[in-house]
Amino acid sequence: MVNPSWTLQIKPGQSLGFLHTLKAVYRYRDLLFLFVRRDFVAQYKQTILGPLWFIIQPVLSTIIFTIIFGNVAQISTNGTPQVLFYLSGIVLWNYFADCLTKTSDTFTVNANIFGKVYFPRIVVPLSIVVSNLIKLAVQLVLFFAFFAYYYTTTDAIAPNKMILLLPLLIFMMGGLGLGFGLFFSSMTTKYRDLKFLLQFGVQLMMYASPIVYPLSIVSEQYRIIILANPVTSIIETFKYAFLGVGEFSEMHLLYSFVFMVLLLSCGLFVFNRIEKSFTDTV
Amino acid sequence: MSSDKNIVLQVQNLSKQYRLGTVGTGTLSHDLNKWWHQLRGKEDPYLKLGTVNDRTKVGGDYVWALNDVNFEVQKGEVLGIIGKNGAGKSTLLKLLSQITTPTKGQINIKGRVASLLEVGTGFHPELTGRENIYLNGAILGMTKSEIRSKIDEIIDFSGCAKYIDTPVKRYSSGMMVRLGFAVAAHLEPEILVIDEVLAVGDAEFQNKCIGKMQDVSKSGRTVLFVSHNMESVSRLCTRGLIIDKGTVSFSGDVSTCVAKYFDDIFTQMGQTPISERTDRKGHGAFRYQHVRFVKQGKPVSYFTPGSTLQIELLIAQKKVGTHYKKAYPSIIVYDSKGNRISSWATGLNEQPISLDKQETWVRFSIDKLQLAPGRYICNLHLDEDSSSNVVIDKLERAFELTIEDGDYYGKGFIHGKNMDTMFCDFYVNQV
Repeated sequence: MVNPSWTLQIKPGQSLGFLHTLKAVYRYRDLLFLFVRRDFVAQYKQTILGPLWFIIQPVLSTIIFTIIFGNVAQISTNGTPQVLFYLSGIVLWNYFADCLTKTSDTFTVNANIFGKVYFPRIVVPLSIVVSNLIKLAVQLVLFFAFFAYYYTTTDAIAPNKMILLLPLLIFMMGGLGLGFGLFFSSMTTKYRDLKFLLQFGVQLMMYASPIVYPLSIVSEQYRIIILANPVTSIIETFKYAFLGVGEFSEMHLLYSFVFMVLLLSCGLFVFNRIEKSFTDTV
Repeated sequence: MSSDKNIVLQVQNLSKQYRLGTVGTGTLSHDLNKWWHQLRGKEDPYLKLGTVNDRTKVGGDYVWALNDVNFEVQKGEVLGIIGKNGAGKSTLLKLLSQITTPTKGQINIKGRVASLLEVGTGFHPELTGRENIYLNGAILGMTKSEIRSKIDEIIDFSGCAKYIDTPVKRYSSGMMVRLGFAVAAHLEPEILVIDEVLAVGDAEFQNKCIGKMQDVSKSGRTVLFVSHNMESVSRLCTRGLIIDKGTVSFSGDVSTCVAKYFDDIFTQMGQTPISERTDRKGHGAFRYQHVRFVKQGKPVSYFTPGSTLQIELLIAQKKVGTHYKKAYPSIIVYDSKGNRISSWATGLNEQPISLDKQETWVRFSIDKLQLAPGRYICNLHLDEDSSSNVVIDKLERAFELTIEDGDYYGKGFIHGKNMDTMFCDFYVNQV
């Protein structure tokens, strides 16, 4: 049929391509930031400490880690101050874990809105990543405070120019969290079993990342497993850059980067497919 | 056709299949089977299955909520989509608003579409009215600068100016709806799809909304309006579409469409006896079983204006041992456009009946019928108290009341249909 210029065609089984997704996100950028604002405001309204909670959680975790892993189990921190060692791992890990768990129930939590209005669904997980970026920034300020203290009072740490990689490391952490999250959010619309898997999966993964221990003390036979974890090289690079200990390897970092790109593309692909039909199955 | 250029929305062979029952253990095996067929390039095996969308029939795992729907909408048209509950209206809306995808067929659209399936989607209770206007507007597809330029108008329209910087959790539900509609009313899409959002709010606000929608259509934009309320459909729409059991059963100008819709209702009302109806409400200790019309002791099938009317209802006990000293039966009369005409409610004039036997006959009598000739739809209610807090039995569209042409004043002049809606006894005095 000869056709006038339709601006929109709705057909079965179509899903958005990568470029279309970018365009749609750009078109709805205001919504993205309003979601970020909403999350931020709504989370801390009627709390006394407000955004201070951003800081309390990593501080408490660091104290507990210092007691359990540092003093009771006496796991090495390669000679760096324990507080700084744990805090750096916790702050980065939290960003990844929050991105992952909070985006992983995008469809189930927003089923009500999604069932009433169409907007590019990807805006919601993206806004979560951005919200968590704010949280990360606050926590990094805390880290830098400790960092400055130890840097000026001791010579146990040796920061170097790899610090410049920080934006890349954050980007990769966010990308990995989002990538996993997109996957899980798409799958949980039909199979809720995955939600349970995710809960302890994230916990297990933390112990498979060099947060409470340095990569250097891992024995040869497990090293390959820990290195297969894409988060490992990011955390190690971060510790190397700021503390001067840990392993920095371009190959490991490249592996994590490629892993992230592939994961994000697959996650996005699945997400875009599911967003078209999830209201029927959720 | 020369009008082809003006078509802004085209629906072609649109079908949507749903899986019935729970999504559970069977899901994985069906998914794998589907995927296996897809892999070999074969047709989805489950597409062949599926029964016609008829909620009264049982059986089958898959159902076609919409089956081969075709229609076109011209620029500036206000199309009313009507149909019974479960006919497929909501599915059509969901497809048009891109909330879900069709199983087969396609929809072609020219211009920006905004759909309003609900007012105030995404309102967050902790945010203020103003913040929620921005959030809701952005969800509906407006940009921040667009909202900023209209914010005063929106606040003004909502009538919530005083509370605009208060969190919406302190709002009454009516205020939330006003605020939500105010945002929606300031969307400027080429095509606006509206569900029955008008069913909320007070009369004044409803009129405001209808007025706003008329403005929208006057400015050359297209509106698709889905409703149960034939009154607002006839007021607003230029063309109508009836959806029945997942297909378009009629399409044409709105008055014909509404008339056709009620014709169907009248036909269906006659088909199922009251005692066999299952779509009733109330706890069911007693149920209406039968209706008969009586005139001067003889059974009749219709009444005439100015004569006596007697409607006798049989109420049967369904739960052994229950009895009521007082129960309130009522007949609510609607005209063929869905307007409520008269309530013959025993709660209003305090004439309860007592229900203590297995079967009780109740007779409603009117000495001089003042209704004009026409076809009326009657609902039946049976309540435990006069303000109908506890419903025993409730039947919508229970029976048709036919009033034929008649001589109300007894002066030999036969009053036909389509003249008046009611008669009155009146006097003239020279003063």
